[in-house]
Amino acid sequence: MGDDPRPLRRPGRSRSRTSVPGVDAGLLAKDAAKLLREPTRRHFLRAGASVGALAFLSGCDIIDGPSAENALRIVSRFNDRVQAWLFNPNRLAPTYPESAITRPFPFNAYYREEEAPDIDEDNYKLLIDGLVDDKRPWALDRLYVLPQETQITRLVCVEGWSAIGKWTGTPLREFLRRIGADTRAKYVHFVCAEGYSSSIDMATALHPQTQLTFKYDGEILPPKYGFPMRVRIPTKLGFKNPKHVIGLAVLNNYTGGYWEDQGYNWFSGL
Amino acid sequence: MANATHGGAAIARPMEPVHPAYVRVTHWINAVAIVAMIGSGWEIYNASPLFPFVFPKSITLGGWLAGALLWHFAAMWLLVANGLVYVILGLVTGRFRRRLLPLRPADFIRDLRAALSGRLAYDDLSVYNAVQKALYIGVILAGILIVVSGLSIWKPVQLRELTALFGGYDTARFVHFFTMAAIVVFLAVHVVMAIIVPKSRLWAMIRGR
Repeated sequence: MGDDPRPLRRPGRSRSRTSVPGVDAGLLAKDAAKLLREPTRRHFLRAGASVGALAFLSGCDIIDGPSAENALRIVSRFNDRVQAWLFNPNRLAPTYPESAITRPFPFNAYYREEEAPDIDEDNYKLLIDGLVDDKRPWALDRLYVLPQETQITRLVCVEGWSAIGKWTGTPLREFLRRIGADTRAKYVHFVCAEGYSSSIDMATALHPQTQLTFKYDGEILPPKYGFPMRVRIPTKLGFKNPKHVIGLAVLNNYTGGYWEDQGYNWFSGL
Repeated sequence: MANATHGGAAIARPMEPVHPAYVRVTHWINAVAIVAMIGSGWEIYNASPLFPFVFPKSITLGGWLAGALLWHFAAMWLLVANGLVYVILGLVTGRFRRRLLPLRPADFIRDLRAALSGRLAYDDLSVYNAVQKALYIGVILAGILIVVSGLSIWKPVQLRELTALFGGYDTARFVHFFTMAAIVVFLAVHVVMAIIVPKSRLWAMIRGR
């Protein structure tokens, strides 16, 4: 649990799947590039929806058949559009006083800490790809000298719980400006060291509170909160706040994301 | 059996069905939508329970959180669109006013006593006793509250004033939960009454009379 962007496991999915000790930057660059090129695979409700409360309808293929999957997938795409329409780029997420911070910030430290990728800060590079002028990778010392802001905002998990935390970093829109990103593009895609990925709409990427985060509660992000950099988006659910980000791409093609490909709503705006 | 329901105030018009077509259609669409919303809502609840219990998997819908969320955010359109049609037509046609009003506390207490002692008669399906009126008004209000509290949980940034009105995001989750619980209690009473009361009320909701 915690503020992890991967709060859930599919039934039967191994909990240690994401463990990637010793991150190789070159290898990741290749992986990231591959990820961005491949069309999104969608294993939608592969496990099959349980018939549950509508058990009386079972057997007629409405609930758990592929037709239900397709229908629900279409509605979820429709909900993406509705949410994009509802999204007000000037509307700020509520901010809170220091006293409101949830302490300790909810976190299941045991296996998460083990799973958190062990990133060597000296070799860390943020890779840039897609519709940008400057694709030079960013080392940590260069990132750390960017102008920074602090926000105390609520993280809302897709599971339902929420927690208030304090994050410090650079507004993503400022970073996009510096790399000469084409802000008319549709998406910004993020690739993470442990194999996680997510993508967001450009309107949210340009939102003033969307942040490349380097610090939690005034301290350099510990591994459990996404060292060395996470993306903090207080206008989206927690799983759209990827940690251990090693790649950023500005794109016009839809790339989905780790959980999005498995059925979680892509926009997931708050 | 004493008729404690109504003092001969309403005379059923013979040509008018107990339930006009729009009521029957929206009723059964609502039945499907509400079952889907509750079943998927229970699965969503299980991902982060508010109380020290979870709902058994066998009575939830969606299989896992993502599946449940897909069902919940699909069925919500059906629930809201259908509910709007029902409420607007209920207001415009005057059916709400005719059937659900007036509701007097004294009548409610009298009919509740009669109902609890098994002496409440249901001679005329087109006339509601005060207990029915209270339950139907209550569940319509609960339906509005569950949608509005749901919106405040779904969009605590875009609709932040609404969320604040519920006392914040975390409190809004409890409001949403307890409203669900109230609707489930209504459904339990409603279904049991529809089955046990003679002169099939169930049939009236299908055929109209």
